[in-house]
Amino acid sequence: MAAAVAAQKAGVKDILLLERDQYLGGILNQCIHTGFGLHHFKKDLTGPEYADRFIKQIEAIRDIEVSLKSFVVRLTKDKILTYLKPGKLEEIKAKALIMATGCRERTREMTHISGTRPAGIYPAGLAQKMINIEGLLPGKEVVIIGSGDIGLIMARRFTLEGAKVKAVIEIQEKTRGLIRNVVQCLEDFSIPLYFRHRIAKIYGKDRVEKVLVENTVNGETFELPCDTVLISVGLIPENELIEMACVEIDKKTNAPVSKEVNKCSIEGIFVCGNSYKVYDLVDNVTRDSVKAGQMAAEYLKGLK
Amino acid sequence: MRAAYDIIIIGGGVTGAAIARELSRYKLKIALLEKEAELAFGVSKSNSGIIHPGTQNPPNSLKGRLCVQGNKLTKQIAKELGVDFKEVGELIVIFNQADLTRLLEIKKEAEELGVGGLRIVDRLWLRKHEPNLNPEVYAALYAPTAGIISPYRWVYDLAENAARNGVEIFLEHKVIDIRQSGSLRLNAAASRFEVLCSQGNREVNSQVSLGAKYIINAAGLYADEISGMVGINDFTIKPRKGEEFILDKKREYLSNHIIFPLPSPISKGILVIKTSDGNPMIGPTAQEIEDKEDLSTSDEGLKKVLEGAKRMIPSIDENDIISYFAGLRPTAGKDFIIRHEDKAPGFINVAGIQSPGLTSAPAIALMVTNLLKNNGLKPRKKWFFQKYRQRTIHLFDIPFNKTKELMKEDPSYGEIVCRCEMVSAKEVRDAIKRGARTLDGIKFRTRAQAGRCHGGFCTTRIMKIMAEELNIPLTEITKRGEGSEIVKENRDSRTA
Amino acid sequence: MIKKITCIECPVGCQLEVETDQSGHVIKVTGNKCEKGPVYAKQETENPMRILTSIVLTEGLDLKMVPVKTNKPIPKAKLMEAMAAVKKLKLTKQVKVDETIASDFLGLGVDLIATRPASFNSH
Repeated sequence: MAAAVAAQKAGVKDILLLERDQYLGGILNQCIHTGFGLHHFKKDLTGPEYADRFIKQIEAIRDIEVSLKSFVVRLTKDKILTYLKPGKLEEIKAKALIMATGCRERTREMTHISGTRPAGIYPAGLAQKMINIEGLLPGKEVVIIGSGDIGLIMARRFTLEGAKVKAVIEIQEKTRGLIRNVVQCLEDFSIPLYFRHRIAKIYGKDRVEKVLVENTVNGETFELPCDTVLISVGLIPENELIEMACVEIDKKTNAPVSKEVNKCSIEGIFVCGNSYKVYDLVDNVTRDSVKAGQMAAEYLKGLK
Repeated sequence: MRAAYDIIIIGGGVTGAAIARELSRYKLKIALLEKEAELAFGVSKSNSGIIHPGTQNPPNSLKGRLCVQGNKLTKQIAKELGVDFKEVGELIVIFNQADLTRLLEIKKEAEELGVGGLRIVDRLWLRKHEPNLNPEVYAALYAPTAGIISPYRWVYDLAENAARNGVEIFLEHKVIDIRQSGSLRLNAAASRFEVLCSQGNREVNSQVSLGAKYIINAAGLYADEISGMVGINDFTIKPRKGEEFILDKKREYLSNHIIFPLPSPISKGILVIKTSDGNPMIGPTAQEIEDKEDLSTSDEGLKKVLEGAKRMIPSIDENDIISYFAGLRPTAGKDFIIRHEDKAPGFINVAGIQSPGLTSAPAIALMVTNLLKNNGLKPRKKWFFQKYRQRTIHLFDIPFNKTKELMKEDPSYGEIVCRCEMVSAKEVRDAIKRGARTLDGIKFRTRAQAGRCHGGFCTTRIMKIMAEELNIPLTEITKRGEGSEIVKENRDSRTA
Repeated sequence: MIKKITCIECPVGCQLEVETDQSGHVIKVTGNKCEKGPVYAKQETENPMRILTSIVLTEGLDLKMVPVKTNKPIPKAKLMEAMAAVKKLKLTKQVKVDETIASDFLGLGVDLIATRPASFNSH
């Protein structure tokens, strides 16, 4: 949304904004906690509030056409997009393309956690969506893997919803999250945080029953009974579409190979926000996405 | 007794489903019993999907004969049922000249069994046809008739076709006892067996009893226990665990063939497998275990598989792995056990169906039919047997112009639910109409949740479609049957 | 009594030692690297306050759950009580961002406000 608004302000008249969900705002809608917008809006907003400010701007601009429930299935290097929406398959050619496809969560499978595969193992973001968007509580006794901000925030969220968070397990020697979150999400509720520990095994036939926690320094282990394991072990830029268009992708990070922010190996395709790289702060996503909108506008002027 | 059947098949895996489909040609009243929430949830779900050509089996073995026959039958039936079968071929590779003797032996043994088209290919051929293969590979045995199929869709479609032809399928029916009629002077019309099942809800002890003239025991890992119920205790099923690792679809063209190392006495080794879903698979390990429910994977398994696979295709990277699972092969000695039990007339054991069980299944079905005929059954063919089945639509394997056509009929083909594998709401609804009752059932049928994000994006969408179509609360939706509910509570108590 | 707390005023995260008297008042703070430390320690020890963010069930609206927050911090000790009250609410009218859902929530002098707009279901 920030890129679309910025592009329009820089003089682009014909902008199509494709969104695969039925609402604008993406993941911000499920991030109901505060901490968004301190830089960009100089206010401490929740995720939905931050998104809403942009939705209102988009709605006020006639040059931006929004197409919801629109899912791009193919992209070529000539910027021809094929997308599906209920009842329609459209093919369009863009002169400039801004990719703001965000990121996805690293999974249990990517961290190779041994053990069984019962119900109750969820990426933290899925659990967040279940609770905050769908009003469903995925579990009552929770162990969280990873002490990044998402993991910490979900520890508080589960506790407030009446679940017991048994522990947060972090393989590193310190947290990757904000100190504020360690204090207000864990210490407030006396949730233990284990550093230099990992989950060595998950047990349970139909539903998670317990996990084996291992101290990575001395190899000592202990068991924690639980019905849910949340996986919060990092994010990966989502770039499969531009990869399909033969944009060069770094295999390690899944981000586009790039010399300058928002740029990739194909002229006129700009990649911004968490699909360019995983940012810590939404305000910085906005800052660089605004830049992407402006860069796209510049690029279009150069074509004429 | 609820009902009496001519034949009860115990076990809804590929063996049971193939037998059910074959027998549904005849005028018989048939029941297929499965203890899990859906078919193929036992041994079959962890199958790697290879339709073996018939190499690597001892020349005089039952499984060797059935595998070669099954390979041909699978091809034909897959066509009838609209199931994707891709004849990609296999390579058994060797790294030095010394192993050539063994490779030639394998070739000779297979040819004696009737496997066609076998030839030894050299480095030059391999470089051209399998460019990612380790250049150190010296030569390979090429078997062009090897193929790949989706093991679960194969089971579902066989069973769907059997049901279409009258077979009754009972899910969550676990056989707990079989009683034999005391009298041996049998009235031809009477049931010889009474099959006692616990039904549905595991906590509520609800039982049902079904009568049968014939029982076919295709109970996989539990075939020994079922057999024991009629007093036949001369074999035990030992689970042999195999861990497999699935790679990202991006690496679909990692290999052009299924690639085997030279086999060891107990297993075919670590393979690089193509799958009909596109994602390459590496594995499996082979480990004898005791627990028939131990489906855990291990750090050591991963290490072993990666090592084995990289030896053949060095460019395989740990980061390509998007999923893994363990399966159990139900072994009962070296060969299959398929026989009528004269001590329990009417009872047919189909046990120890380990590899190449998937391939052999249609041939096993023919063999079982003959066993029935040789033991008193005189089935008459139906006047009309519907051998065809309308192919299931998957957006990921049809061209866009076809998608466009389909959307005119149903707009929800354009409503994408699973972004990694491109699965629409319509396909999920279809899967439910065809019998899916669990999230795993949806995954196996449609591939939704099977991609790189592992359901992070689509799980709640699928749950909502299931709640709507099945008219059940969200809190009752399970991963794979009762006890595996996805969520514990719903804020909205009206539907909780 | 001496208690250890982590200062959250900046990313440094000083480990503060806070000494309190019998009535719980802060008498001494050490371990801080700047003057924000003691101020935070006093507030956090004597009367810790938190913004509560949560969700409210709806009926007849296009969102099943509407996210909400308290427009001002509430005492930390009241968080669970406030959650219990939030769980009992049901929203049946359309709301805009910032619109009050419950005023003077639990008598705490704060309002519970919507953080995402929700409108009536179109069908």
